[in-house]
Amino acid sequence: MAITTQAPEPPEARRSGAYAGFGPAGPIPLAGESIPPPVGRRRLALPPMTAKLAAGLIIGGLILLFGILAPFVVQDPATVNDIGLAGPSGAHWLGTTQTGQDVLAQLAYATRGSLTIGAIVGLVTLALSGFFGVVGAYAGGWIDELFSLISNVMLVIPGLPLVIVISSYVSDKSIWLVALVLSITGWAGSARVLRGYTLSLRSRDYVLAARVAGEKRWRILAVEILPNLVPLLAAQVVFAVIFAILGEAGLSYLGLGATGSFTWGTMLYYAQNGLALRLGAWWWFVPPGLLLALFGAALSLVNFAIDEYVNPKLRKAPR
Amino acid sequence: MTTLDARHLVKEYRLRHTTLRAVDDVSFTLEPGRTLALVGQSGSGKSTVAKLLMQLEKPTAGEIRLDHRPVQRRGAGLAAYRRTVQMVFQDPFASLNPFHTVAHHLERPVRLHHGGLSSPQVRERVLHLLERVRLTPPDQVARRRPHELSGGQRQRVAIARALAPEPGILVADEPVSMLDVSIRLGVLNLLATLQREEHLGVLYITHDLATARHFADEILVMYQGSIVERGPANDVIRAPHHEYTKALVAAAPDPERRIRELRA
Amino acid sequence: MTEPILTVDDFSVDYEVEPTVHAVRHVSLTLRRGEVLGLAGESGCGKTTLAYGIVRLLKPPAAITSGHAVFHARNGDDVDWSRLDARELRRNRWDQISMVFQGAMNSLNPVISIRDQLEDVFTTHRPEMGKRERRDRCGDLLERVGVDRARLHSYPHELSGGMRQRVMIAMAMALEPQIMIMDEPTTALDVVVQREILREITRLRDELGFAVLFITHDLPLLLEISDRIAVMKDGEVVELAGAVELYTNPRHEYTKMLLASFPSLTGEPR
Repeated sequence: MAITTQAPEPPEARRSGAYAGFGPAGPIPLAGESIPPPVGRRRLALPPMTAKLAAGLIIGGLILLFGILAPFVVQDPATVNDIGLAGPSGAHWLGTTQTGQDVLAQLAYATRGSLTIGAIVGLVTLALSGFFGVVGAYAGGWIDELFSLISNVMLVIPGLPLVIVISSYVSDKSIWLVALVLSITGWAGSARVLRGYTLSLRSRDYVLAARVAGEKRWRILAVEILPNLVPLLAAQVVFAVIFAILGEAGLSYLGLGATGSFTWGTMLYYAQNGLALRLGAWWWFVPPGLLLALFGAALSLVNFAIDEYVNPKLRKAPR
Repeated sequence: MTTLDARHLVKEYRLRHTTLRAVDDVSFTLEPGRTLALVGQSGSGKSTVAKLLMQLEKPTAGEIRLDHRPVQRRGAGLAAYRRTVQMVFQDPFASLNPFHTVAHHLERPVRLHHGGLSSPQVRERVLHLLERVRLTPPDQVARRRPHELSGGQRQRVAIARALAPEPGILVADEPVSMLDVSIRLGVLNLLATLQREEHLGVLYITHDLATARHFADEILVMYQGSIVERGPANDVIRAPHHEYTKALVAAAPDPERRIRELRA
Repeated sequence: MTEPILTVDDFSVDYEVEPTVHAVRHVSLTLRRGEVLGLAGESGCGKTTLAYGIVRLLKPPAAITSGHAVFHARNGDDVDWSRLDARELRRNRWDQISMVFQGAMNSLNPVISIRDQLEDVFTTHRPEMGKRERRDRCGDLLERVGVDRARLHSYPHELSGGMRQRVMIAMAMALEPQIMIMDEPTTALDVVVQREILREITRLRDELGFAVLFITHDLPLLLEISDRIAVMKDGEVVELAGAVELYTNPRHEYTKMLLASFPSLTGEPR
C-alpha cells in the first residue's frame, strides 16, 4: 500500500534584496527592505483550515466522540431480549438484532472497538516504521541495509494470507491480537516511504551545516531532521489507521476477526450471518457500514489536507 | 590565526562501472589574512574540495594539515577542527532549517564551542553576531524563521553561523551565486570586511572569474579535478598560461573589451 | 531593420492573490525587425511574466489587466496577440513567435528521441510535409545549431547540457519564426559553452534575420549580444537604450546600481 505523498517543498521565500547603495561598510538596506513582521509563533504547527480539512475533522471528531461517550449512556449491548428482529422504535432507536440485542448500543461499543484497533495500529505502525525507516536511513551503512532488508521482506510477505493464517491458529481472538496482527503486516510500506524521505533530508545543506557546526549525530536526527518529518509521519499514521479499520472490518466480515468483541466489522459479520440483508433489516448493517465509510472518508480528507499543505503544487487556490 | 595545508588531495568515487576521480592531486595553503579563489565550472571538483576540507568526506589519498599538524577525525580533535574551520554554503534557501528560528541556528554553534556560557551570555553573543553581519535590529531578526527573510539576509545568517565558533579558516562555497545580482557585491564586501577584522584565511570557491579577481589574492583554476593554473589574481587573468584558463578568460562576458571592439 | 515587428503597448499583468501583486506595470516597448533586445532585471522584476504574457502563456491567478501585444507580419498584417482565440493561438505560436524557456535543458521529454521531438513540431504545424522532407529538415536544423546530424537518434540524457540547449534552440527555430523569446537560455551552462551558444544565436540571427527578446539578469552578457537593452524593476521598464549607450552613460539610478554590481574582468581593480 504505497502512499503517494510527495516530499515537502520549501515555502516560497521573499526575493527582494535591493539596496540603496554601497556605503564604506557595505550595502545600506533600503527602508523598505526591512525585517518583515512575524508570521506566527510556530510555522509548521498546523495546516490551514480548508473546507476539506474542516469536513474531515468534524466528521471524524463526531464519530470519535460517539465512540468515547456513547457507551456510557446506552443500554447493555449483550442483553438478549425476547422481541427478536425488530425495526427502530421508541425503546430501541436503531432496532434490535436477531437475538433482540439493541443495535444502537452495539453500534456504540463497536465504534469504540474499531477506533481502539485503529489507535493501536496507528501507534505501533508509527513506532515500527519510524524505527526501521527513519533510524535506519539516518544511520546509513550496514544498519540501513539490514533495516531495509527487513522492511522489504515484510513488504513482500502477502498480508492477507498471513493474517488469515495467524487468525486461524488462534481461535479466541481479542481486539489486541487483531490489532497486533494488522500492525505487523502493515508497517513496511510506511517504513519505505519514511526511509526514502529521510535519505533525501539527510543530504540537505542544513543537515550538512549542522555537522560542520559540530552537532552530535543523534541531536541532528532529533532536532534537525525529525521536525521536518512530522507532516509525512502524520500522513502515514492517518493512513495506517484507515488501513487498520478497514482491514479489521474485512477480516471480521470473513469471520477471522475478534468475533467475541464489538467492532463495526463484527457487527457486519453477525448481520450477514443473521441474514439481515435478505430479511430487509437495514437497521442492523447500514449503521455500522455507514460509520465505517464515513470515518474512512473523514480520515482521507484529513490526509488530503496534509498532502496539500506539504506539497504546494496540489493547492488549487494560492495561499 | 590558523594555517590550513591541503597536500596532494585525491578523492575517488566508485561508480558502477568506473572510478570517478573528482579531485586529482590538489594542493594549496590557506594563510590568515589571505583569500584564495578556487575557480572552476560545474563538474570541476571544486565543491568536492570543500567537502574534503570540512571533513564531510574522507580523501582517498593525500592529507590535510591544520597548523602543520595532521587533522584529527574524531573526538576532541574533530571538535577542535570544527571550531577552527567553518563553511558558508552555496544555497541560502537550503542551508537553513525551515523549522527553526535564526536564534536557534546561531545559538547551537555558540553553545557547542563555547560551553559553560550562561543563557543570557549566549543570547548576547547571538545578537552581537547578527550585528556584525549587518542584520538589524538583531532581536527582531533572531525571532524570524528562514522563510521570512530574503536570500541575502539568509546568507548573512549563514555567515554569522560560520563565525559563531570564532574560526580561523572560512570556506565559502559559491556564497553569492544564488543571490540576486544587486546584493552579491554587498555580501562579498561583508566577507572581505570580516576577513580583515578576524584575520581569517578564506577559500573562495566560484565559477565567476570577475569576482575572484576582485576578492582574492591568489587564483587557482580547476579543471576536471586538477589545478591547471595558479598565481596572483591579476596575473592569472591578464596573462593566462594554460589553454583552459585562456578559454575561461576569453569566454567570460567582458563589457569593456566588447566596447573597445565595437568602437574599433 | 528599423521597422517594428512587435509592439507592446501599456501591458500590465496582475497576480490576483491576497494582496494583489502587480507583476508588470504599463510596459511599452517595441521590438524591431532583426534586432536583439535585451531585457535585464533581477528575479521578481516581471521580465518572465511579461514574456509569458505576450505569448499568452500565463495561467491563473495571473491575468493581463491592460494593454496589447501586436505582431506586425511581413505582409503588412497586424496580429493582436491579446485578442487571438485558442485555435488561432495554436496556429500562430511557434510559427510567428517561438520561445526558449528557462531551464530549457530539462524541457526535453526524456523517453522520446531527439528526432521524434523535433519532428513533432512539423507534424503539428506543417501536416502537409512529407516524411522524408521532414526528416531532412530536422537534420538541417540540428546542423544549423552546430549539433551533428547523427545525434537525431539520441535521447536527451545522452547529450550534454550545452547540446540540449542547442536542440531547444533548434526546436524554437524550426518554423523560422520572426521573433524568438529566450528566457535565461544560458544560465545553467558553463561559461565556455555559454559563449558558444551566444555565438550561434548571433550567427543565426545574421543568417535568418529574426528578432530576439533576450531575457536575463546577467547585464554584461547582454552587452555582448544585444543591440538595445531594457532594464526592468518592479514591473516597469526604467531605462531603454542602445547597449553601448546604456553601459557607458546609464541614466537611471537602478541601472547604475545594477552595472556597479558586476566587477569588471579586465578593467582597473575597484
